[in-house]
Amino acid sequence: MSVVASPGAASVVLPWSLRPIHLLIGLFLIVYPLVATPFWTVQIGAQSLFMGVIALSLMFLAGYGGMVSLSQMTVAGCAGYAIALLGLNDKSKGLMFVHLDLPWWGLIPAAVIAATLMATLIGLLAVRTAGIYTIMITLAIGVAFFYFTRQNYVIFNGFSGFAFIPVPVVLGIDWRAPLPFYYLSLGVAAISYFAVIYVARSTFGLSLQAIRDNPRRMNALGFNVYLHRVAAHAFAGVIAALGGVLLVWMNQRISPGTIDVGPLINILVIAVLGGLRHPVGPFIGAIVFVLLQNFAIDLVDYLLQGFALDVIESKRFNTLIGTVFLLIVFFSPDGLLGLWQRFVGWARSAGGAGGWRQNRSS
Amino acid sequence: MRPRLSDITKGVIGGIAVVLAVIVIYLLVDNRKLFANTILNGLTLAGLYFLVASGFTLVFGLMRQVNMAHGSLYLLGAYIGWSIARATDSWFLGVAAGFLSMAVAGLLLQTGIFRRMEGQDLRQTLVTIGISIVAADLMLAFWGGNTYQFEPPTWLAGTVSLFFVKYSAYRLVILGVAVLIGIALWLFLNRTPMGMMIRAGVDDRAMLACSGVNVQRVFAVTFAIGAGLAGFAGVVGGSWLSISPGEDTRYLLASLVVVIVGGMGSISGAAIGALLIGLSEHLGLAYWPTYGVVLTFVIMVGVLAFRPQGIVGRAA
Repeated sequence: MSVVASPGAASVVLPWSLRPIHLLIGLFLIVYPLVATPFWTVQIGAQSLFMGVIALSLMFLAGYGGMVSLSQMTVAGCAGYAIALLGLNDKSKGLMFVHLDLPWWGLIPAAVIAATLMATLIGLLAVRTAGIYTIMITLAIGVAFFYFTRQNYVIFNGFSGFAFIPVPVVLGIDWRAPLPFYYLSLGVAAISYFAVIYVARSTFGLSLQAIRDNPRRMNALGFNVYLHRVAAHAFAGVIAALGGVLLVWMNQRISPGTIDVGPLINILVIAVLGGLRHPVGPFIGAIVFVLLQNFAIDLVDYLLQGFALDVIESKRFNTLIGTVFLLIVFFSPDGLLGLWQRFVGWARSAGGAGGWRQNRSS
Repeated sequence: MRPRLSDITKGVIGGIAVVLAVIVIYLLVDNRKLFANTILNGLTLAGLYFLVASGFTLVFGLMRQVNMAHGSLYLLGAYIGWSIARATDSWFLGVAAGFLSMAVAGLLLQTGIFRRMEGQDLRQTLVTIGISIVAADLMLAFWGGNTYQFEPPTWLAGTVSLFFVKYSAYRLVILGVAVLIGIALWLFLNRTPMGMMIRAGVDDRAMLACSGVNVQRVFAVTFAIGAGLAGFAGVVGGSWLSISPGEDTRYLLASLVVVIVGGMGSISGAAIGALLIGLSEHLGLAYWPTYGVVLTFVIMVGVLAFRPQGIVGRAA
């Protein structure tokens, strides 16, 4: 087991080499919607991708920056609200109280910028604290924003939020249709994924990881710890915002329910489920989460009937996802990814082919 | 070891005090009944928040562990207390059941789970989040989505004339009980051997263990008291307000904000934080209904911006 325990979190940045498995995964992701039904393409495929993107922003903060933020969904929701307020919505309500109806090339950057500003502000507050304090403060900020949007009718239209948010038609393609929407999500996911890998290996990313491991020393070396951390929040904000835009386009609506405590925590669940050590973790977590969300309900109800709990009316999805989450946290702090690596390492060493790490680095 | 206040800080505090005094006088003249009611409600809520948050802050201060399932303990204690009170027709048995059942639950949590991952802050926090998700869902399955309300004993049901208003005697009792428990906690922490060990543990856990104290026992006792207080508050608060799904998150957030504002790990901080948050919540409700709920978070953000460690907290 020392194979697993040895790589410190710092070894996240491995030189990235293309292997057949990567091509296979890429090919699968491209071919997948051509063979899947619209439900599987959008509800499962696209949703896993953009939930993965939002969770990826948390993975970046937590994995490379050592800052677990619960407000990533808040940032994504902020982008979603910006799309509704700066574009079109059913309440004919805009930020300036008129329909701005920005074209898509103005709308998307504006939404991303708004959400990034929000993320930076959250970062300015959150990085004044460390460790578990950060979790609590970001949770509290997220909930404050949730209450604010719920109570504010002048701008955010309170409890009901906005509906009928149109998805733009660009280049003659209706991006709302299943196939284009899937490829859009895939494109955003791929860009975010490689952006995170690139940034993690850049000077900024390396100093961020060094700050995670020893802030005091980095401070002594002349690095501005505070600014690095805020910048990390801003970069994660851009990614969460992109995910938020896709989220609001798929649902075509946004309301305070989108950024309630449950959704905030779901992002953490997704990221931890997949694993916080590598950017691919959040996507794995998102796939498992979305699949469980859609299909596991019947299974759980069946299992729980054994305990004579009232299951006729209610859906016990949370019990299942919570239990899976607990088991993962208990047995594999690195999520499903860590479990997989452990399995591979075990299989390799059992087969006498040497450790997984050795194999990988060669 | 309190740092001396600089002249600027004194000036700022003085300025705030003057502004507050002017506002209070205006509100009193404007509508004294509303004001008195609001202040009394705020104090009562502060008492309830203190009961919940004191356990939270003790556990954090001693074990450096954020129990995100603290709200679940509150709600579960309330539900169990309600069920017992209904079965036995005795409110006091309900209160006792709320306290004892959650104290046992806390013991089990500490010895069964947290002890196995000592020193891993993040993992413990994640585990407690997982527990709270599952617990909330199972409570929903077991007790349903209905809102329950206790019947406190009839001799507590009347009203008392106080200041300019008739005020519910039961709420005053909550306030009194919170004050009593605060005093009891202070005495326990400052006048008993166990309390001395807990305080020593808050300051330096490793040194306490080196002095031959069974730290695990101290942890278990602290966790049991903290969890029990949450369950106790659940029954007491459930008799004033009500019990329904979602209250767990509400009280978890209230505890979080209270201890962040007051300072993590300090009982007096929890008291100050509870007072601030309880009062501001009701003042917000009465005078600024739309954004009253946001006010508490604004206070928190303000405190964080200037004193990240909380009002009486020490830097971690």
